[in-house]
Amino acid sequence: MKTIYFDNNATTKVAEEVFAEMEPFFCELYGNPSSMHTFGGQIGHKIRRAREQVAELIGCDPSEIIFTSGGTESDGTAINGTLAAVPNKRKVITTRVEHPAVLAVCRELENHDYTVIELSVDKYGRLDIAELEESIDDDTALVTVMYANNETGVIFPMDKVVELVASRGVVFHTDAVQAVGKIPLNLSQSNIDLLSLSGHKLHGPKGVGVLYVRKGTRLSPYMLGGHQEGGRRAGTENVPGIVGLGKACELAAKNIKEENRKVKYLRDKLENAILKSCPDCRLNGDKDNRLPNTSNISFEYIEGEAILLMLDRFGICASSGSACTSGSLEPSHVLRAMGVPFTAAHGSIRFSLSRYNTEEEVDYTIEKMPQIVNQLRELSPFVVK
Amino acid sequence: MLRISDLYGDENMWDYTDKVRDHFFNPRNVGEIENPDGVGEVGSLACGDALKLTFKLDENGRIKDARFKTFGCASAIATSSVLTEMIKGKTLEEAAKVTNKDIADYLGGLPEQKMHCSVMGREALEAAIENYRTGGRKKHELEGRVVCTCFGVTEKEIERVIRENDLTTVEQVTNYCKAGGGCGGCQGEIEKIIDRIQGDKAKEKTEAAPKWAGKLTNIQKIQLIQQTINEQIRPALRAHGGNIELIDVEGNKVIVAFRGMCAQCRLTEFTMKDVVEAKLREFVDEELFVEEDKDSAQVPHNHRE
Repeated sequence: MKTIYFDNNATTKVAEEVFAEMEPFFCELYGNPSSMHTFGGQIGHKIRRAREQVAELIGCDPSEIIFTSGGTESDGTAINGTLAAVPNKRKVITTRVEHPAVLAVCRELENHDYTVIELSVDKYGRLDIAELEESIDDDTALVTVMYANNETGVIFPMDKVVELVASRGVVFHTDAVQAVGKIPLNLSQSNIDLLSLSGHKLHGPKGVGVLYVRKGTRLSPYMLGGHQEGGRRAGTENVPGIVGLGKACELAAKNIKEENRKVKYLRDKLENAILKSCPDCRLNGDKDNRLPNTSNISFEYIEGEAILLMLDRFGICASSGSACTSGSLEPSHVLRAMGVPFTAAHGSIRFSLSRYNTEEEVDYTIEKMPQIVNQLRELSPFVVK
Repeated sequence: MLRISDLYGDENMWDYTDKVRDHFFNPRNVGEIENPDGVGEVGSLACGDALKLTFKLDENGRIKDARFKTFGCASAIATSSVLTEMIKGKTLEEAAKVTNKDIADYLGGLPEQKMHCSVMGREALEAAIENYRTGGRKKHELEGRVVCTCFGVTEKEIERVIRENDLTTVEQVTNYCKAGGGCGGCQGEIEKIIDRIQGDKAKEKTEAAPKWAGKLTNIQKIQLIQQTINEQIRPALRAHGGNIELIDVEGNKVIVAFRGMCAQCRLTEFTMKDVVEAKLREFVDEELFVEEDKDSAQVPHNHRE
């Protein structure tokens, strides 16, 4: 059976071009770039090249790029590294809809005498800028607000947020894991101090990411024991991963416009057809300010895990914010923060597309979805005929 | 009970047996019987699963037909389907003996986090039999004291899953009947119920509390109270939009304030205070007692729910 992959916000396929670029660095060019011989030393050039490729995509200087093990490490380093550099300030501002890589780190800070403000969102998942403005004070060490939401695709008004935070002289970090490669960035023209990105969300490999640190931003290193990355992140470089991430960024920079057009067309077609053909369903998120690839739809009276298993039988991969799929008993914190009723949150499905999806795949899913929803509603005690 | 794969989390939640998959994809006896002899309804939309079971008896008092309608995940649907198969042909006395474990076994096992689905099946059956015996007058009502207010689970129900499935930890109880999986406020009480039923068996599994030898100085006591709140109490509250703040310690009186969801919960007095007190007595000092600081509870804060 053919796999139809609509779960690209979870992870993406490694582009063939990226894999080809990485392959020699396992069995042939396996040297350590820190070694004092040509065999190892030549690897340094490859890392430099990758750094340039990343810098090109996000519009910064290569020296502002730190390679990490992924989005989670980048987020943790940005938050803890900033706070360690300004120990006298005890307040952190974030949002209720952040990825756990940010939210869990912030909540842990509460155990260490930090005040953490979690900004709320409205029913469309939009940020309350006025609340942010009220919350910033002299004690604020860091504001960390995600660029785009992984569950709903909602994009926060980054320019406004950054302008506000910068005007108060507070350090600003953004988790841009879902945004990079989908939203054009030019960090040299922005006041963003720190930005996290992840390789495997943009057709690069897993286990590699980047923390962008704007020149002049004070950050205490937390991985110690080596001079790599200018002493800011110790540990022998993940050479194949870094080379692959570089290539993935190069491809993203080249194709971003064309891909967004195509992916958005497919997403809109899928979404509109489902909303039209399935009664009692609703779109979660801000329709106008969303990533072009993400659609989050709630189906009333039925449960997300059951929908996923039905989709899975047709080879269709998606994800859900239902309690049953999270391993806990409560549905998605993002949908709850938006005030989506529990009933709708339990039946939410996220489709996230990529450049590799085709119109045939979308058509096939459009055909199957109403059947699945009807079949499960036949079973539901809440559907009265 | 605990497997290596549980520790590392590399087991797929979808590790359903073929039998579960079969009953999910091809559910038997879907629907509602018209003019049934017994109806059992448990769960709700908000809880994430719900089941309506109806049955009809033949002239010999055996279950002639049983049908279900279920809102829930794959294992909830499979459990309901298999339950209707299991009880057909049984007298009500025989059917009443079906345990959640029988249902799970019939399916070749269920993932640990999904065991509550099998309990829901047994509850619906019980409710339907009760409904028949009271002549259709009585709908299923919660019997006895409610321990978990988030999911409406009674003490009796918790005792039953512990006995029938030989459970020894709070986490297991949550997996089996959801109790303790909401705000977490009743976890201390669940632990007491486990201790009462399992006695020494449960003791073996709980880690030795890091009690302090000798008398604590004031500063040590306050630090230990803060540490216990940070490590033992706050994470459970935070997971559900609540929080707790240590306001002051006067002698053995610990003054705290509840925030977020926990502050608005009208049951705060009966649940949260008891849990905090139980934890502090366990980890710090048997003599401690907790009071809620009403004044600071009114102060607006940043965790909006």
